[in-house]
Amino acid sequence: MEELRNRAKQLLEAKTVDVVIGYGETLNNKIKAVFIRKPEDAVKLVYDERCTQNLGVYLTKHEVKHFGKPAIVASVSTMRTVLQLCSEKQVKDDGVLVLGVTLEGKFLEFPTFKTVETFMEKGVQPIPAKDLELMAKIETMSLDERWAFWQEELQKCTKCYACRASCPMCYCNRCMVDYNQPQWISVPSTEIGNLEWHLMRAMHLAGRCVNCGECGRACPQEIPIHLLTFKASEEAQNQFGAVAGLSSTMPSTLSSWKPNDKENFIQ
Amino acid sequence: MIKLLKKSSFEIFFKNLQTQGKTIYAPKNNGKKIEFSKIDNFADIVFDYIKSNQSTKEIVFPRYHKVFRYTKQADDTVVLQDFSADSVPETVVIGQRPCDAVGILALKAIFETDIADKPFTARFNKTSFITISCTKSDENCFCTSSGLNPGSTEGSDILLTPIENGDYYAEILTEKGTKILEANASLFEDSPEIDKNKYLAKVEVRFDNKIIHEKLNTIFDHETWVEQSLQCIGCGACAYVCPACACFDILDEDNGRSGFRYKCWDSCGFGNFTIHTSGHNPREVQSQRWRQRIYHKFSYMPKREHVFGCVGCGRCTDVCPVNMNIMEHLQTINAL
Ligand code: SF4
Ligand code: SF4
Ligand code: SF4
Ligand code: SF4
Repeated sequence: MEELRNRAKQLLEAKTVDVVIGYGETLNNKIKAVFIRKPEDAVKLVYDERCTQNLGVYLTKHEVKHFGKPAIVASVSTMRTVLQLCSEKQVKDDGVLVLGVTLEGKFLEFPTFKTVETFMEKGVQPIPAKDLELMAKIETMSLDERWAFWQEELQKCTKCYACRASCPMCYCNRCMVDYNQPQWISVPSTEIGNLEWHLMRAMHLAGRCVNCGECGRACPQEIPIHLLTFKASEEAQNQFGAVAGLSSTMPSTLSSWKPNDKENFIQ
Repeated sequence: MIKLLKKSSFEIFFKNLQTQGKTIYAPKNNGKKIEFSKIDNFADIVFDYIKSNQSTKEIVFPRYHKVFRYTKQADDTVVLQDFSADSVPETVVIGQRPCDAVGILALKAIFETDIADKPFTARFNKTSFITISCTKSDENCFCTSSGLNPGSTEGSDILLTPIENGDYYAEILTEKGTKILEANASLFEDSPEIDKNKYLAKVEVRFDNKIIHEKLNTIFDHETWVEQSLQCIGCGACAYVCPACACFDILDEDNGRSGFRYKCWDSCGFGNFTIHTSGHNPREVQSQRWRQRIYHKFSYMPKREHVFGCVGCGRCTDVCPVNMNIMEHLQTINAL
């Protein structure tokens, strides 16, 4: 942690970056995101097992972008976020400095996104056992049971959009659900409205979800909503061999086309 | 009026209310969270809990409800079918917390200032609130900083305070409460007046909401709003669980010939809440939305509606995905 604080201080002193996005403590010993802009504030940075939020969500936040060039304390999920955001032209290679934390908890600074890509070749963060278990259980369900499972879960959804807000890939200035002319998705929290919303979001995250699990963690109703995007991404991988967040230049899985694609309707 | 309701009489009381045709809402475990739900079996009610995940506001202000229907006739005239109070059942809420009760008073102030909101008024008038005082609290509760306490009576028709042996000290507070008492007279025994404080949870006072109210007159442009809210990601989680948040959207759904207009929850924390048709957004960034949340609750509402828009339940802190803690933020404002 000292290492991180010292490095952050140096970076701010040398004006290599304008802000360090990292974790700090609240008055109640909880963890919150902090945005360090003064070298002397670098001591506020902490890193321990309580630091689970994917800070990548802040890279596209208006007020944070306004500070200038960020360095970001990045878990493996966040590193994947940065690469994916770059491939979607939301951040530039020299626009973000990645202060990585490996799965073993070691600090590693990445001067370029290429070096992050190389690091990713060692493997991505594992999906938590609890999620794997529930996914496996859902797989074994009959269609009717699966439908009932999701109906039961989704009727709890209030459409607070904490899942969307916490998702680093849901950075759209105007989300599909916010359109009213025409209106694509039924706005209120009703059976059909909730179903439309979550199917739409899962489709939008297919091939883009970096498996950070933030949406599920954010949900005040504890709906395992992240399983939908995990599954959609697994399908994207099976179908197209594309895994999100491994490359800063990968074309978008669902909205790009290759001459050797197995579907030929577009040719 | 003071009475005693024995623990052993509670189930009979519940069944009586059912026989009297009441729809009953009470805290129930949905497998993950304690939520207020329609209750058919007394055994489903959870008494040992601190607070529900969602507040009881949904009972009087549902997340989605139709306000009227319209149908175009063959001759192109339009027939309107207004919201009818008859569609609302006689309801009893059992076991909400004193802060929830006051949250509903805050909603009442919002929905009944100037022109009364028909659906809200119908639901409020047909609902009786039997609140249960808190004997336990959690780290995010701050009712005592909000002018309330774990045994506050405001907003309740009957307040039950758990005393020895699981029995309840019952304060009958309103006409609605008296009606319930009269219909179940044999179950409520006479009781002397007692000091209920010793049974209540102890909640430390952290700030004074009246001081916050004063401070807000001068700190609109303070840098604290940005500092407090950089981490806020602008979801609706805090507003939706808040017993006193009342933002809503009004929309139509129709097929060209017939349809309906409905209301559904919305939040001033969403980026596009204030966006104009022109594209201009007067609350462009999250800090302005966070400031609005605090000003609405602690400045504008007390000025206009004579109630605070925050009752100190701490639910917003409970659910915030990025650990925004309203109590800490209010302490900071208090100290400015
Ligand atoms: S966070 Fe949960 S309740 Fe909120 S919109 Fe997403 S799934 Fe629904
Ligand atoms: S759900 Fe889709 S449209 Fe909405 S913010 Fe996410 S990616 Fe964008
Ligand atoms: S603002 Fe937060 S603490 Fe205050 S009443 Fe609403 S949910 Fe409770
Ligand atoms: S304070 Fe928390 S719950 Fe409220 S809008 Fe911000 S991130 Fe969402």
